[in-house]
Amino acid sequence: MTAAAAFFYLFASLAVASGFMVIAARNPVASVLFLILAFVNAAGLFVLMGAEFLAMILVVVYVGAVAVLFLFVVMMLDVDFAALRQGFQDYLPIGGLIGAVFLVELLLVVGTWSIDPGLVQAPLGNVASGENLTNAQALGRVIYTEYAYFFQIAGLILLVAMIGAIVLTLRDRPGVKRQNITVQNNRTQQAAVETRKVPSRQGVEV
Amino acid sequence: MPTVHSVLPSLAPLMPEIILGVGVMLLILYGAWRGERSAESVSIGALVLLLVALSVVLSQPTQGRITTLSGAFVSDTFAKVMKTLVLLGSSATILLAHDYFRRERIERFEFPVLIVLCTIGMMVMVSANDLIALYLGLELQSLAAYVIAAIHRDDVKSTEAGLKYFVLGALSSGMLLYGASLLYGFTGTVSFPGIVSALNENAGFGAMLGIVFVAAGVCFKLAAVPFHMWTPDVYEGSPTPVTAFFASAPKMAAVSMTVRVFIGALPDVTAIWQQIFIFVAIASMALGSFAAIGQRSIKRLMAYSSIANIGYALIGLAAGTEQGISGLVIYMVIYLAMTLGAFAIILSLRRRDVMFESIDDLSGLSRTHPWLAFCLAMMMFSLAGIPPLAGFFAKFYVFAAAIKAGLVTLAVIGVVTSVVGAFYYLRIVKIMYFDEAKEPYEAMAPGLRVVLALSSVVVMLFFLVPGPLVGVAGRAAKSLF
Repeated sequence: MTAAAAFFYLFASLAVASGFMVIAARNPVASVLFLILAFVNAAGLFVLMGAEFLAMILVVVYVGAVAVLFLFVVMMLDVDFAALRQGFQDYLPIGGLIGAVFLVELLLVVGTWSIDPGLVQAPLGNVASGENLTNAQALGRVIYTEYAYFFQIAGLILLVAMIGAIVLTLRDRPGVKRQNITVQNNRTQQAAVETRKVPSRQGVEV
Repeated sequence: MPTVHSVLPSLAPLMPEIILGVGVMLLILYGAWRGERSAESVSIGALVLLLVALSVVLSQPTQGRITTLSGAFVSDTFAKVMKTLVLLGSSATILLAHDYFRRERIERFEFPVLIVLCTIGMMVMVSANDLIALYLGLELQSLAAYVIAAIHRDDVKSTEAGLKYFVLGALSSGMLLYGASLLYGFTGTVSFPGIVSALNENAGFGAMLGIVFVAAGVCFKLAAVPFHMWTPDVYEGSPTPVTAFFASAPKMAAVSMTVRVFIGALPDVTAIWQQIFIFVAIASMALGSFAAIGQRSIKRLMAYSSIANIGYALIGLAAGTEQGISGLVIYMVIYLAMTLGAFAIILSLRRRDVMFESIDDLSGLSRTHPWLAFCLAMMMFSLAGIPPLAGFFAKFYVFAAAIKAGLVTLAVIGVVTSVVGAFYYLRIVKIMYFDEAKEPYEAMAPGLRVVLALSSVVVMLFFLVPGPLVGVAGRAAKSLF
């Protein structure tokens, strides 16, 4: 067994085990931490496949941003997961039955599955092979040329997401004091400071 | 480091989308700069933008089939016709919505902006020539649609509609993506012409599984049975102009997407998907007709009516022939006119700032508003398929295509369910003409009048000059085969 295969089994089994723990852990914070572990292991699998750019993006985007966001949400929302699981026992028979049916179907599908051997070599058709390109270079070559259209549409989708978030959640709350920088900068010494004579033993009205 | 030489692809076929994209960004900037006061001018701007895009679409050359952007975008007569319908539906929505949103005091400049963004997504779907473009167009359209379903954010029903639509829509997108990835895996390409050449008569089991999943995702977007569960709730909960939008423009886009995938990419494996669409068509027609009988709310009634109508339209697709697609295009044109006309009337049922949305509120409409009642009666007769109104011809062309393709049973079931459907359409006519009159409603807003007048003309006078539409639909269908 080569080192690559050993690492594959290490990452794969850890990914499956932490995936299971995401749904099995009692504490939701632990669930999210196991989710992060699953992402990191998936990134390891990408490295083994030679897709190092994807691996790094997975760590940066999913671990660095998405999972941490999940963590904040889980901590702030205080969801009672015990209450969510209350009906589990009642639904177990019918859920188990459906699960068993799906399992049998899956086994039937996978049993009759056959993949054309010609397809295994098919990917990366658009990238000039032979040159020693890194992942990022190969992606950069096509993303703004071949796939410029998809790139632009994806940009519009993100714009819609941004507008949607603002439309649905941003509210003008009355009575909230806001910092107005222009007004602050335009305050002069005359407007802000006043000199008064303070008579002895009498003080002044402020 | 070797340099990459690339030539700018031909952008002329893409002109309407580019105009809309650039225009919508200017509108966002203007809206953000002026704040909420800009709602009215952004509405007008969006309407102008859509009409400019419409005129550009209409002025594009008709002959031939042009693909550009590495084959991801296709422009042909079918795309031209469907884009015209999409743009008409979106423009009508802005006309219908303006007065409603102002009176409900939920006027926001983001609404027309989202409608335009949604329209770009729909046009990408109509012109999609590969699976990635199809999916991206669909997501752009759906995301904008989820937001506008919940745009009345202080209303529980509207929020519920948005959330329900979002959760179920995400599920269906997942199914579509799963199917698309299987298709890609078993054909080695995402482009539709590539899939055509990779699949022969007996597609493998994996590709077949992919086709089934894609069909499921597509049926959800079409709101066809058995993936229709979200439709009545979303239609009822959304603000009425948004319901009118969902029932019009996105349906056109979903139908063209279905045609693009199944006629454009899978024409040689008709045997696999034909039975799916025969089942879906029968189930949609039956459920749409029977479930609508017990409805009290007009919006829920229109939701079931749209499910049934999609069933009839899918008969044309199930036929799988050029004649079937031409019938489908005719059906969609007439369906658009009937739906927009009906919603223009529903939106005018307003008295002292209260909207009425129950079927009983129509009672005696013929005495208080004779013209309105007459128009709605014509829409209902047309939806029921009574000659010589347009709805009869819509059904006639799809049934004729089905019989030609040997699907006689399907056509017979279609006729039977349209008789069942006639019951609830005619009940509305009876309520309007023979029941106790209620207090009169307020006068119609000008935007509603325009939409109602145009759609009434199409519905009532189609039988006088059917030639142009039938000819265009025939050319659109021909461009696909």
